[in-house]
Amino acid sequence: MVRSIEDGPDVLYIDRHFIHEVTSPQAFNGLKERGITVFRPGKTLATADHNIPTQNQHLQIRDELSRNQVERLSENCKKHGIELFGLNHSKNGIVHVIGPELGYTLPGMTIVCGDSHTSTHGAFGTIAFGIGTSEVEMVLATQCILQQKPKKMKITLNGKLQKGVTSKDIIMYIISEISASGATGYFVEYCGQAITSLSMEARMTICNMSIEMGARGGLIAPDEITFDYLRRLPAIHDVENLNKAIADWKNLKSDVGAVFDKELVFDAAAINPMITYGTNPGMGMAIDGTIPLSDAKDEKPSASFIKSLDYMGFKPGMKLIGHPIDYVFIGSCTNGRIEDFRAFAEIIKGRKKAENVTALIVPGSKRVEEQMVAEGLTEIYKSAGFEVRQPGCSSCLAMNEDKIPVGKYAVSTSNRNFEGRQGPGARTLLASPLTAAAAAIIGCITDPRNLISNSKA
Amino acid sequence: MAKVKFDILESTCVPLPLENVDTDQIIPARFLSATSREGFGDNLFRDWRYLKNGEKNNDFILNNPKVGGKILVAGKNFGSGSSREHAVWAIFDYGFRAVISSFFADIFMNNSLNNGLLPIVVSDEFLQKLQELIRKDLSEKVRIDLDKQSLTILSTGEMVKFSINSYKKECLLKGLDDIDFLLSMKSQITSYEKNKILVK
Repeated sequence: MVRSIEDGPDVLYIDRHFIHEVTSPQAFNGLKERGITVFRPGKTLATADHNIPTQNQHLQIRDELSRNQVERLSENCKKHGIELFGLNHSKNGIVHVIGPELGYTLPGMTIVCGDSHTSTHGAFGTIAFGIGTSEVEMVLATQCILQQKPKKMKITLNGKLQKGVTSKDIIMYIISEISASGATGYFVEYCGQAITSLSMEARMTICNMSIEMGARGGLIAPDEITFDYLRRLPAIHDVENLNKAIADWKNLKSDVGAVFDKELVFDAAAINPMITYGTNPGMGMAIDGTIPLSDAKDEKPSASFIKSLDYMGFKPGMKLIGHPIDYVFIGSCTNGRIEDFRAFAEIIKGRKKAENVTALIVPGSKRVEEQMVAEGLTEIYKSAGFEVRQPGCSSCLAMNEDKIPVGKYAVSTSNRNFEGRQGPGARTLLASPLTAAAAAIIGCITDPRNLISNSKA
Repeated sequence: MAKVKFDILESTCVPLPLENVDTDQIIPARFLSATSREGFGDNLFRDWRYLKNGEKNNDFILNNPKVGGKILVAGKNFGSGSSREHAVWAIFDYGFRAVISSFFADIFMNNSLNNGLLPIVVSDEFLQKLQELIRKDLSEKVRIDLDKQSLTILSTGEMVKFSINSYKKECLLKGLDDIDFLLSMKSQITSYEKNKILVK
């Protein structure tokens, strides 16, 4: 923190700033209008991810507006000396996938990006949160941001996960318990045995969706799993001596007895594979559960609840197991990392994609794409009838051509089931990569545990 | 960012009593490809305002010719989801200058304050009362006085106070923005950089 303002926001120094094509052009325009340049270009890193196509990336982007946005990003980065991993660059990918995998996300940093899923980086014990374009402009101009101190929430997850339950199910479960606004105004720290036993990629999935319960950020204290992950990376930026840095990072944890504004405790063993039935991520349930009769206890359902189920074509009290689906999407900053594609492959291996399902298989980055080939996953996907696309945000927000058609059901490993999120009229069912794989094979909503026990002799 | 002044606003209201209105509803992602801040108002609530065949949806509140005003009276948890500032630009560009709700998403709240769109938090009970009053009488006017931090329903005279941090209040009253403030602190920022030990 640079300075604290009385009864106002603090001036927070930003160690790492990520930018992308969609939320940065107006910020660069602002600099131009003020006649100023980027203050610390070396602390900003750029990628093109939100609107890019996931097929034929070597060709010109067909959509004129998207092409213009990507070109503007290149111009702006060139003009201001910002490193860009643009389209077709060997390090290109979704901003929250490449930051960690390329060694730009390090414990203790303050990290911002004009994207709400910046909370992902909290998995490394960083203060990471999404910002608006005005704030992007602030960081470009001064490397600082004005920020109100958030309240602190501690979420502890004790116990052990059941087989077939992933970190995606953990976070979907927590959101379904506390609602899509249950953590608004808070920064969340995740603790407990069921959290600390997770891999870094699994932790990223949890921190990523912190924003889906309203939290600006979510973080997990760095530990040996974090340090092992960092040691294995091909490069670490801005650190001269990694071992010395790790010794410092070991101190990055909440004090014993630290006071939180709110504390919640959950039992990992109680979590089942999850699926959403409505149009916000808080509307989730166990995959074999029934849609609740109302969103208000013992009362009539709200207008929003009724509108939501109408949009989805569901009824209160309905079961979703066996409900036919049309699309499956695996990818995004939530579940677009190599472990997610391994999990998906675990179920589809030796099986065939259901004929009624169209699948969008979109790696989170070039690195992930290469790793899928190297590990033979791409071949497994092909044999099962799936085509692997090129990296990008793709159908998670459907800014590019990867839209789910009106009224169609998509089991998606992404993070938002909002109305029209995956295309106008699209009906999104959020789930884990395992649940998405089970749906892709059987053609309807299926408990992935049924396929795991069969395939794992 | 925009330097917009806000002091007193007196206007009729537009009621939108839905909870959890996310920024994807306010401005769908397919309209985010522009590189300027202007013109997003045309696509505000696009998929609620227009039917699939492109015609106006006459059931949606913004298409009711009797409804109008500079104040949007929204439901709980307004502006959740994506950090897109385009949502605020769209609301502002359409003509709104204040949004009233009992609960805003954090990023939306910051984005609003950075663009001169005043987000006002009131109690659930007051919000419900206001919604009902407006729906009964669309000519109902509300007066917002930022300096006094008060919101008054003109017909009944009922007044409630709202909170806003004093720094942001000052910025809005004077039409100043954060970047000017931060730029004036450059030497402090530079010395902070020099003194920093962790993560060089």
